[in-house]
Formats: sequence, structure tokens, C-alpha cells
Amino acid sequence: MATAQVSEAEKVYILHGIREDLRVDGRGCEDYRHMEIETDVVSNTDGSAKVTLGHTAVLVGIKAEIGKPRPMIPNEGYLEFFVDCSANATPEFEGRGGEELGTEISNTLYKVFNNKHSVDLQSLCISPGEHCWVLYVDVLLLQCDGNLYDATSVAIKAALFSTKIPRVHISTDDEGGKEIELSDDPYDCMRIQVENVPCIVTLCKVGHRHVVDATLQEKACSVASLIISVTHKGTVTCTRKVGGGSLDPESVFEMTEAGKRVGKALHAPLMKLLQHEESLGRKTPKVGFLG
Amino acid sequence: MAGLELLSDQGYRLDGRKATELRKVQARMGVFAQADGSAYLEQGNTRALAVVYGPHEMRGSRSRTLHDRAAINCQYSMATFSTAERKRRPHGDRKSTEMSLHLKQTFEAAIMTQLYPRSQIDIYVKILQSDGGNYSVCVNAATLAVIDAGIPMRDYVCACSVGFVDETPLADLCYAEESVSSLSVALLPRGGQIALLQMDARLHQDHLEALMEAAMTACKGVSKVLDEVVRQHLQEAAVLNVCP
Repeated sequence: MATAQVSEAEKVYILHGIREDLRVDGRGCEDYRHMEIETDVVSNTDGSAKVTLGHTAVLVGIKAEIGKPRPMIPNEGYLEFFVDCSANATPEFEGRGGEELGTEISNTLYKVFNNKHSVDLQSLCISPGEHCWVLYVDVLLLQCDGNLYDATSVAIKAALFSTKIPRVHISTDDEGGKEIELSDDPYDCMRIQVENVPCIVTLCKVGHRHVVDATLQEKACSVASLIISVTHKGTVTCTRKVGGGSLDPESVFEMTEAGKRVGKALHAPLMKLLQHEESLGRKTPKVGFLG
Repeated sequence: MAGLELLSDQGYRLDGRKATELRKVQARMGVFAQADGSAYLEQGNTRALAVVYGPHEMRGSRSRTLHDRAAINCQYSMATFSTAERKRRPHGDRKSTEMSLHLKQTFEAAIMTQLYPRSQIDIYVKILQSDGGNYSVCVNAATLAVIDAGIPMRDYVCACSVGFVDETPLADLCYAEESVSSLSVALLPRGGQIALLQMDARLHQDHLEALMEAAMTACKGVSKVLDEVVRQHLQEAAVLNVCP
């Protein structure tokens, strides 16, 4: 379900609750729902992660392919995003139904992640102007229960963390032609620095307050929301207003401040968790969808 | 054969299985809370998610309404990262459309559609990782999802693919074996009825019977596993209901 229908009485109930900093599920205004993260769930990708946030479920797979760098930036690789709003999430997405939402999300992801401040794109370069790694980041929405942006960004960060790109050796033959050789050893791989990769925090304006990680019901009560991408240092890298309503400048400022605070607090446990999972090693069996 | 020994002299296959051995099947029902029924199934390295919505009122064009039974609507799609080579789009290509149609036919034969006239049942399957036998894994996952949704069926539908190498039928093909020859069968095991039969390669008529026999045995093997998953799930659900 991508949207929920809420009656007037329910709206009043949700609004009054939020005014008192107590939401329908017992959370405060700046609390996230229970989040589960697992990396390396799809074995034929170079990196993957599955994130569930409440009932929202997102699966991200990253495949690295060798491509040609963009002519304007010959010494950098790049990322390609594709968001698949599958019919699994809601029957409305059947056929071409999910394309609009998919494009909207993927355009935001390009703005947030595909720049050298978020990901070290220079490390993806193989030989300037000729070859570079292209990371195809494919997002699969399996269930929608509000706050798709935050769940997607966390999943992408986790998937980037787990991405292992094979090392390449360039050898030149006698005539000056270059040959790319992939390393035979599957453990001889390059990792991506994810320290500066931002996470998205969506703040929904409900009544006079704003909430983090809104459920579908809360989203139905809100006039508009603000998407803020924040790095681990609390630097805001991108903001966007989404939704039909309007926001006054005062509240935009307040929401940005709250977003910075929440985003900063989100990064530390996320990195800790990812490193902990990494330290468990390959021997621990993956739970995936069986758990 | 392109230098690939699919069946060794000792009778072992590429992944170390015997000719009639199935891959490891693991499944879970009720993966998602929002759908009416859902299931996740992995068979070796092939993984699929199935979700069922319905029976509900007809959506979209009412002209598809059937007055004596429910209409079944299937969509098969593959995650863009599911194959070794990245796919450009998850569904809508010719192969996916064909697969959707096959699934629809299979489940029309199995679901008791006459109980829900003028309504619609949606079955959506997604391949998350593909390593051969996509059709059969989808059918098996969808069966569990339909059961999870509480929709009455005549029987489990169990599917399996079989191939023929060196005069020996091989059960449950993986991707490398699928390239040679493959026969997909969907079976309603209790009555031994065949819901779908599809053959993509050339085969001598004399071998067909042996191949069919192998396919039916494999399907019955799958049905045992599925039955166990369903019983396990019901037991867990019952325990949860008694002491919440």
C-alpha cells in the first residue's frame, strides 16, 4: 500500500497525539521504528542489503560493471540508480503503475549519492578517459509502509559498505594497447569508503510539529514533508520538499535542525552494526527472508 | 556439449548431486504483513518471493469479470540484479509475459475459482536470484503464498524441471544444466494431474516416458517439502495464538 486513507476522527487523534509528543505506536516525534539490516543477502551481486523499517521492506543489490567514464569527468566512475516498485508491495504498482514513484525516488538518489563528496568516485576510475567502474544500484521495494526514502538510503549505505569490487591490473602490450585483467582471487577486492555516504531523513510536518519516520497514517495527516540528506558529521548535503502542501520558512529551518540531529544519531549505530556484522565473518549463515 | 560434463562417470552432477536428487528447498510463509498471503522460497541458489492479494473486487477494466468464477491475475518479474548479467527492466519483456501466462494457467487449474465468482485473485512473483528452474521455483513459492492467503485449492501445485543427459533423466536443473534440455512440469500430486507441461528442447519420443516419470517423482518430492513447511507454519501460528 503506497497510501492510506484516514478518517477525520483518526486524523484528529493522530494530530493531538503528535502535539503531545506521543504517537499512535508509542514513539516520540524524533524516534525511528524498529529497523533490521542484513548485508550480503543476494549472492550473485557485488554487494546487497535488506532493510526493514516497521513494515517497510527494501532490498538493494549493487552490481559493478566496467564502463566508459563521462566525457566531462574522465577520472571518475559513476553510480546508476534504478528503483523497482514491484507489484509485491501493492497491486497498484502492477504493470507500469510503480514507474512514477520509482523515477521520483531514483532522481533523488542521484542527487544525494552520485557525487564525489558522498562516494569516492575517483577510486572507481580504472584508466582515465577509457575505463571506469559503474555501480548499478538497484533498489527493490518489497513492502511500503511509509518512509521509503530513509529505508532506501540506509539500505544503499549498507549495500555500498558490503560491495566488493574485484581488483584490476592494467597491462600494456608492445603496441601501446591496454589490457584489463581482473584478479582471479575472489578475496582480492576493493572496498568502497562509506564514511561520507549520507543518509536521508524525512521529516513530515503534521499540525504544528514535525515527525521523523512517519507511517502511512501519519503521512496522510501531513501537509508536506522535507527530505534532508545528512552525513555522519551532521552536514546537510541535499534538501527537498515533497508533498502537495506548503511549508513556512520558519518551520523549514526548524526541520533542518531536527534532521541534522536525527541524521547524526542515525549514522553512529548504523556503522557500528555494519562493522559488527562484517566481523562475524562468512561463517555465520545468512537469515535473509527465512528469519 | 560445450566441454561441460553434466554427469560424471560416477553418476554425479556439476554440483555434486545424484541424478534424481533435488536441490535444498527452504521456505517461509507469511513473510509480509500487508499482503493477504506471502511466501519466500529458495531452491538451491534460485530464490523467489510470492505475494497474493485477494480474492477481491475486480480492479481496472470490469470487462475481464468472469460471472461463474474468479479471474486469476499473475505477474512474473525478475529483480534487475537477479541474473549474472544485469537486466535492464524487471518485467514486461517477452519472456516474463510468457511466464506470467504459464503461471496463470497453472493456478487456474489448481485454485477452486468457482467459489469466488466476479472477483479477482492477484499472484505476484519476483525472482530475487536466478539459478535455473525459475518457473518451478515461482510455482512452488506461489503455492505457499496462496495457502497462506487461505484460498482453497484442489491440491498443492508442485513444479520441477527435468533434463535428459547421457540417457539419464536429471531432476531439478540448475542454470548450467538448463541450457541443454529442459522439461518443466507442474503437478497436482495427489491425483497425479498435470497442470502445466512445457518442453523446450528436442527429445526422442522413446525417452519421453522416462523423463515424465522422473519429473513426477521430483514433483512429489517437492510436495512433501512444501507440506512440511505448511504444517510447520500452522503449528507456529497455532502456538502464537494460544499464548500471545
